[in-house]
Amino acid sequence: MTVGPVIQASGLDLTFQTGDGPVHALKDVNLTVDKGDFVSFIGPSGCGKTTFLRCIAALETPTGGSLTVNGMTPDEARRARAYGYVFQAAGLYPWRTIARNIKLPLEIMGFTRAEQDKRVDRVLKLVDLEGFGGKYPWQLSGGMQQRASIARALAFDADLLLMDEPFGALDEIVRDHLNEQLLALWASTGKTIAFVTHSIPEAVYLSTKIVVMSPRPGRITDVIESPLPRERPLDIRDTPEFIQIAHRVREGLRAGHSYD
Amino acid sequence: MKTLLAILTVVGAIMVIWYAAAVPMNMGTAISEAQRAGVEVTPPEAQVRRDMSGTSLTLKNLGLISATWELKRPRLPAPHQVAIELWDTTAMKKVNSKRSLIYHGWVTLSATLLGFAFGTGLGILLAVGIVHSKVMDMSVMPWAIVSQTIPIIALAPMIIVVLYSIGIQGIIPKAIISAYLSFFPVVVGMVKGLRSPDAMQTDLMHTYSASQAETFWKLRLPSSLPYLFASLKVGIAASLVGAIVGELPTGAVSGLGARLLAGSYYGQTVQIWSALFAAAILASVLVGIVGLLERGLLRRMGLSR
Repeated sequence: MTVGPVIQASGLDLTFQTGDGPVHALKDVNLTVDKGDFVSFIGPSGCGKTTFLRCIAALETPTGGSLTVNGMTPDEARRARAYGYVFQAAGLYPWRTIARNIKLPLEIMGFTRAEQDKRVDRVLKLVDLEGFGGKYPWQLSGGMQQRASIARALAFDADLLLMDEPFGALDEIVRDHLNEQLLALWASTGKTIAFVTHSIPEAVYLSTKIVVMSPRPGRITDVIESPLPRERPLDIRDTPEFIQIAHRVREGLRAGHSYD
Repeated sequence: MKTLLAILTVVGAIMVIWYAAAVPMNMGTAISEAQRAGVEVTPPEAQVRRDMSGTSLTLKNLGLISATWELKRPRLPAPHQVAIELWDTTAMKKVNSKRSLIYHGWVTLSATLLGFAFGTGLGILLAVGIVHSKVMDMSVMPWAIVSQTIPIIALAPMIIVVLYSIGIQGIIPKAIISAYLSFFPVVVGMVKGLRSPDAMQTDLMHTYSASQAETFWKLRLPSSLPYLFASLKVGIAASLVGAIVGELPTGAVSGLGARLLAGSYYGQTVQIWSALFAAAILASVLVGIVGLLERGLLRRMGLSR
């Protein structure tokens, strides 16, 4: 196992060819993410944060620059099942129970029946959904569904978790609760997490590294190494340090917008 | 309770209209028969009556109204005549009798089911091909659409003649015509169903580096089932129509189509109508069975609540 950076992007460019001419989704993106980091990508819509995440997941192909995941190309990393991806919506298959939804990647990756059951139990416990394995997705609330989709991404032990605005559609209270749980999960599993959001408090509360992005063309305007401790109770959000970082993020977002 | 009332109202209205329509349509025949039996009718001259409408004949011979519902060869048989004929030719006949509608219904049903199986299988195969291959999408779909623009009544005799010339007869030609009608809704529904997973669901499979086969079995196929069943309901009714149409040009001696044809040759309107109703009942039972299968399967899959 190499101890290099988990994600290494340098001079990354991505231009979409559309009917209205080329769209510069990412321009000269340079970023290093180390093992165990919790990185948030924040910015207004169109800043390329989701596109960057999709590049890491090899769901999009960059048109320039270099990008490595665990020292491999993103596509090799995808084939090596290096990451779990959590989408904006839970995207559980409605014809499968929660347990069988979590088994979906395990079936594809060829785990034995016994191993599948063991892992389902373990990840359901991790996301606090014990006893819900036999339920169908529609029997669960939105927050529980999203937790189940996180469990699904955790089930196959990828060291990297890519999360694309996973809590964007949930209300504030549920979101706070899930943020707290996510931090606990991160602390207990030691995974590297890349997290896309457009909520400043969420980004500051969760991250060890905050990547501020701005649109047209999508690029990084600021990378903030958070001085907050790894152990974070919810009321850390009222401390001066927290407010200071949030302020810097807001400034960065504003700067990115100043010219249009 | 409310739905039952609604259903009874509609059925009742149809009955009233039917009985009412039978009166003027059959009055001419009823008057002639009554006159032959020595009853006084107005006007007495057949020549004069020929130029009068059914309605005005009825107004002049109100006493004969009930007779219009009891004729042996009416233009339009009354509902109870059809019902009695249906009862006589199903429950009261031996199943293997040539006059039993159950016998004729079974002949048609077996061709329908075979054709439906052919058609559904072909439809699903074509849909799988169309979804996975651009070439098939471009080349097969237009032909499938064109195939449905040709009137089956024009095509059926040709299919039967061609197959006969290579020695195939009996149930197979009918089943092929029935498959010809039923594969199309299955193709259309299945293509839509197999394409119904959204970008996120397919991306998810991509992140697991799932193969095309795994994506098909674990995502596309289950997603398509609700669409498939909607198509199957259309398809099975179309299969029955195909099997009946397939019996018409052959001069077949058995099957519901043959009953229809024989009835029209010999002016047996009651027989025609009872064969029609037998076909309609058969079709609704078949659609009902597909509906039950759908409910059962979707419930087992957790898709219906």
